[in-house]
This record gives sequence, C-alpha cells and structure tokens, in this order.
Amino acid sequence: MSTTHAGSHADNYVSYLGNGTTWQSWLLTKDHKRIAILYLISISVFFLLGGIFAAAVRLELLTPQSDLMEAETYNKMFTMHGVVMIFFFLIPSIPATLGNFLIPIMCGAKDLAFPKINLLSWYLYIIGGVLGLYAAVNGGVETGWTFYTPYSSTYSNSAVIATAMGAFVAGFSSILTGLNFIVTIHKMRAPGLTWGRLPLFVWAHYATSLIQLLGTPVIAITLVLMMLERAFRIGFFDPALGGDPVLFQHLFWFYSHPAVYIMILPGMGVVSEIITAFSRKSVFGYKFIAGSSLGIAVIGFFVWGHHMFTSGQSVYASMVFALITQAVAVPSAIKVFNWTATMYKGSVSWDTPMLYALGFIGLFTIGGVTGVTVAMLGVDLHLHDTYFIVAHFHYVMVGGMVLAYLGGLHFWWPKMTGRMYHEIWARVSAVLVFLGFNFTFFPQFILGYMGMPRRYAAYPEEWQVLHIMSTVGASVLGFGFILPGIYLTASLLRGKAAQAPMNPYGAKGLEWTIPSPPPTENFLAMPTVNEEVYAYAETEEKALV
Amino acid sequence: MSEAVAHHTHPEEHVAHQFHDAQQQYDSSTLGMWLFLLTEIMFFGGMFGAYAVYRVWYPEAFKLAASTTNVPLGAFNTVVLIVSSLTMALAVQSAQLGKKNRLVLMLILTMVFGAAFLGVKGIEYTEKWHHHHVPGLNWQWEGEGPREVQILFCLYFAMTGMHAIHMVVGLGIMLWLLINARRGEYTASYYNPVEISGLYWHFVDIVWIFLFPLLYLI
Ligand code: HEM
Ligand SMILES: [Cu+2]
Repeated sequence: MSTTHAGSHADNYVSYLGNGTTWQSWLLTKDHKRIAILYLISISVFFLLGGIFAAAVRLELLTPQSDLMEAETYNKMFTMHGVVMIFFFLIPSIPATLGNFLIPIMCGAKDLAFPKINLLSWYLYIIGGVLGLYAAVNGGVETGWTFYTPYSSTYSNSAVIATAMGAFVAGFSSILTGLNFIVTIHKMRAPGLTWGRLPLFVWAHYATSLIQLLGTPVIAITLVLMMLERAFRIGFFDPALGGDPVLFQHLFWFYSHPAVYIMILPGMGVVSEIITAFSRKSVFGYKFIAGSSLGIAVIGFFVWGHHMFTSGQSVYASMVFALITQAVAVPSAIKVFNWTATMYKGSVSWDTPMLYALGFIGLFTIGGVTGVTVAMLGVDLHLHDTYFIVAHFHYVMVGGMVLAYLGGLHFWWPKMTGRMYHEIWARVSAVLVFLGFNFTFFPQFILGYMGMPRRYAAYPEEWQVLHIMSTVGASVLGFGFILPGIYLTASLLRGKAAQAPMNPYGAKGLEWTIPSPPPTENFLAMPTVNEEVYAYAETEEKALV
Repeated sequence: MSEAVAHHTHPEEHVAHQFHDAQQQYDSSTLGMWLFLLTEIMFFGGMFGAYAVYRVWYPEAFKLAASTTNVPLGAFNTVVLIVSSLTMALAVQSAQLGKKNRLVLMLILTMVFGAAFLGVKGIEYTEKWHHHHVPGLNWQWEGEGPREVQILFCLYFAMTGMHAIHMVVGLGIMLWLLINARRGEYTASYYNPVEISGLYWHFVDIVWIFLFPLLYLI
C-alpha cells in the first residue's frame, strides 16, 4: 500500500451504512449501494451452493466407476451446479454488486436513474433463486444447464419447469439492471464527464447492458415455449410433435453465446481499472479498450452457431459461424495487449487486486486461445462435448470472470465497507486460487483431448490420475475461495482499527474522491470533472513509490 | 417515478432525488421506456423467428390453419386497437396541454377499447375451444397434417396470449394513470408518465398489427 491520501474534510458525515440499521432500511432500500450489498450477500450464498454441487461432481469423478452416486444423481449435480453458477452467480456477479455500487459513483450521480426498479430487480433475482432452490429440493434437474429439447420438454422426469421459471424470472432482473445502467450512463453523468472520460469499467458495463437488454428476452421467450411444450404437450421443438429441436438450440445460443460476454466483459472492466491503478500509469489505448468492449458485444451476437457444429446445421452456416467466431478473438486480444502495454514501464505493485488481475490476464488468454481452437470446424468435431470444452469455459468463466470479481471485490472493498482487509492473507488466497484453479482445469484439457466426454459419471481407468489431480486442485481452489469469506468478514469486525482511508491506493477516479464508505448521496458536493481519465502524473507518482 | 401526492403546479416538485432537474428526469424516463421496448421487440422476436421457420417448413398446413381463424373478429379487433391508439395519442396531447378532463376522458376511452379487444379475443378463444383447436388441452384435427397444423395453433396461442398479457398490463397502467390524472397529478409541465405509457400502448398495438396478417390472413 504505497500512497495514502487520507484525511478528508468529511469526518462527520453519515455514511450509507450508518443511514438506518433496521431490516426495512435494508430490504426496502432504494440506495444503489445497499442494493449492491444485498446482491453481494445473496450471490455469495449461491456461489457457496454452486460450489457444493461442484464438490459432489468432483468427488464422484475421483474413481472411474459411478460409485458415490448413480448416474442420474450425478446428472442432477452437474446440472444444478451449472444453473446456479451461471444464472444465479456469474451473470449478476460483477454487474449487480460492483456495477451497482460503482456505476452511479463513477458517473458522478447520486443514484441510478431508477432506484425502485433497481430494488425490484433484486427481488426478481431472489424470486428466481428461490424457484431454483425449490426445484433443487423437489426432484432436482438433470437436463444440463442448456435445457436442450426434447429431453427437457418431454422425457426428463425432473423439476424442469420450476428451474426454467427461475432462470426466466432472474433474466428479468438482469434486463432491468442493464436498462438502469444504460440510462444512467447516458443521462446522469456529472458536468465535464464526457464519454471519453468515462472509466473503462463503465464502458464495459455499457456493453454488457446492451447484451442483457437485447439477448435476455430471447432466452426468456425460448424458455416459455419450452415450458409450454412440457406443460401441455404441444409442439414447438419436439420432432415427435412436428417441431424442430435445432430451432431451440438456435434460440438458446442466440442468447447464451452473448451471455458468455455478459459473464466476461464486466471482468474486463474491473481488470482495466486494477491494472492502471497498480501500474500508476494511464491505461494504454483507452479508446481501443473501450471500443473493443462494444465490438465484442456486437460481434458476439453473430457467432452462436459455433455451439451447433455437430447438431446438423448446414455446413455453410457452420463455416460462416466459425469465421465470425475467430473474429471475436480480435477485440479480446486487443484488450490483453493493451493491459500488458499499460504495465510496461509502469511502477507495478503487487497488491492483492493486482495479483487477481494478473491471474485474469493469463487465464483468460488461455481460455480465449482454446476458444479459437474449438472454433475451428474440424478440430471441434473431435473436441465438442468433451472435457476440453469444460476446461475452455472454466478458464474464461472462473479463471477470467471469477478472478476479476474477486480482484474487484478486494480493490473496492475499502470503499464499500470502509475497512481494510488483511493483505497477507489476501495474497495467500489469491495465490491459492490461481494454483488450485490450474490444477483443477488444466488436466481437463488433456482429458478432453484424449476423448473424455463431458457429463458422464464413469470413465476408463487410464484417466484416473488426471481426474485425481483435478479433484485435488478443486479442493485447493475451494479453500482459496473460502479464505476471502473469512478475512473479509473479519475486517468488518475489526472496527476502527481497520479503518480505510478515502483513497488507499492513490488511484484515480471519482470513487476515490469521496469518503469510505460513501455518504448516502455519494458526493458531499456535486462533482465536476475537469481532468482526463486516469490522469496519473507518471513521473511524480513514481517518485512516491 | 414520482413520490409526490398533493396537487402541484411546479414541475420540480416531481423530481426524484437522484435527478438534478425535471429535464434530466424526463430524458431518463423516456430513454428507459425506449430501451424497454427494445427488449420487448427481442422478446416477441423470438416467437416471430419460430413462426418464420415453421411457415417455411409447412406452408400448406399454415394456410389450412389460418383458414379456420375468424377473420371478421380479428379485423374488428384490429380496428379497435387502432382507434385505441388514437385515443391514447389524444390522451398524451391532452396531458401536454394540461386539459385534465379531456385527459381523463381519453384514458377511459382507451381502456374501453382495450377491454373490448380482450373481450373479443375471449370470444375467439372460446370458439377455438369448441372447435377443438386448442393444442394440448382440447385438440382434434380431421383434415390433413394434424401435427403441422397444430404447430400453427401453438404459435397462435403463444403469440396472441403474450400479446393479451401485454394488453392486460397496459390496462393496469391506464388505470394507474387514470387515478393520478383525476387527482390532477399531470400538468402541462409534468406529463411524462402519460407520454411513456403511451409509447408502451402503441408498441403493443403495433405487435398486433403484425400478428393479424401473419396469423389470420396469409
Ligand atoms: C475469446 C473468444 C471465445 C471463443 C472464440 C469461444 C469459442 C467457443 C466455442 C467454439 C465453443 C463451442 C465448443 C463446443 O461446444 O464444441 C465454446 C463453448 C463455450 N464457451 Fe467459449 N469462446 C470464447 C469466449 C468465451 C467466454 C468469454 C466465455 C464465458 C465467460 C465462454 C464460455 C463458453 C461456454 C460456457 C461454452 C460451452 C457451452 C456448453 O456447451 O455448455 N467462451 N466457446
Ligand atoms: Cu459461444
């Protein structure tokens, strides 16, 4: 922790945390910061739950036989793992917590444009989550998180409707969050805060919100049609009823591929902030990073067919989808190069958020490059539906997004709570997460390459060593995730001893100009922005370190 | 979004705390509604997409199925909705001019037309039920291609059903506007809720303008 710009004129203000302590003051709050905390708590619960399902999956895979549980139970475990992690953890993770907390502040506004709708979106999320939980305890689901028809709509004997309903309702929560962000970013910026001065975190959320707004309704209606088919035995997607199952896949992936960018763009925004702050240097190629977020959002809508190379879609369609998919790697790579260039000749420090951000860059790169690998038609015929795919998307979703989420949580924790966490423990956990992650998922690339299919509870003996490595790695990873839960909570209990200053890292940005934790209306006086974004005076700051 | 209750003349009183001024609030709400409608387009778009696919696959069956729909009732409903769009537009105009009584009248008329639409829709659904044209619940088809024909009926109910749900929500909004309007909430300087609700209402009408020819005529 190098520079400290402590001591502000604002010692006697009421922080948003101090403004009411009753249940109602939280459950009926319209303050975006409190709603962010509500989200933080609820997604942590779901993360834990998803983690428990994952543990069940990994334990079963310790041995080649399906012995710990039957294949059907195993199918339920991985399905509920996927559903919980994707719909109830990863999609809301950064946007609904850090985004909710920071977007208005970074825009110099008192709140989001529609505070009541923001609260509504949290309730929708909770209703969706409760439906999901209801399904989990009433039979579970075993369709895979993709709900492919006609299995989901006709043959499955599990609680498909309740689960799909949960995802449907949670989807509206995501739409409303996106809508709120876009309006706020357009209409609520402080004087002087031009588009070119917006933090990259805001740009990333703008792009994410566009996807939420345009993609989510499509999966919503698709799930409705699937549920109707299941409930009334009417034909939309079941070939026995004259329907087309591939149509379901098209509609599903039309959302779900863009949705994978909902699950990475916010992380990219976080990483952009962290890298500049801990390199004490203005970000390299601001316009390119901002533009590439939009580029990813737009191109991301035209690549969904790469999930269907083996589903019988036309070969020509597959060829086009393969090409466009490769193209999406370009804006992703632009970001990686620009982050690297930002660190070049910067004075890099190794605080916890930076460790996570560096982990992100490495792991996301592996995830992205293997994405390009499976985007090649011929290669994908071999790798589709194998552990290679499982490893690919975990590298982006966990190695990328979850690391970014943790990095961001640590970076802004002092701002959000007014407390400093234990730096040494935090670094230990960051390293554990990184190592545990690689031990868990790297072997899966090899397994997949050798032909291990995904979604099976049993496998040939030869693969056991790699599976054991993966399960051991997962235990380390799990431990690494539990640690922050402990020391972050502990920081809250340590009281004044852990009091965070206004700007513990000497970082730039409106959020660092207000007290920690912020007052209810964010700014004590209406801010005006008259400097460029990330205006780190490079030489001067270097002297300080 | 206004929390105020009493009678006002000054627009700033309606400004929620997060906004600087009435203009910012106006711009934000309007943009918000447009974005919401964008979402709605994608929502219905999924069904139109499915329609397009099956239409191409089963053109004959779709013609057969469409021939059983009640075109006069559909046409009547189309006219009803267009007129309701007109009264809605007049409601917005009345609000902008601060003509309270005319606003109330126009809102009531819009609701009447909206309810009429739903009533007629109900008649059509009942008719379908009697003819055993309700897939899943009450389905029988003697003619050719029962499987294929059934898909059009599925789409018919899914699309018109979703549309009807939007109409019901619209009526709820109209009711809310009506209550506020009678209390004199809306003035020449504060009429944004009426305006953006109008956008929603027109949107729902436009969806029907597409549904009618696709499901009844071609
Ligand atoms: C860098 C650009 C990326 C490329 C070129 C890419 C490419 C691909 C391809 C071609 C597949 C299909 C493979 C198959 O099923 O045979 C795939 C699957 C997948 N990707 Fe990516 N991807 C990229 C980034 C991401 C990101 C950022 C995420 C999430 C944050 C992600 C998550 C997924 C998931 C979840 C699946 C598997 C879905 C399933 O079948 O359950 N990908 N990716
Ligand atoms: Cu994809």
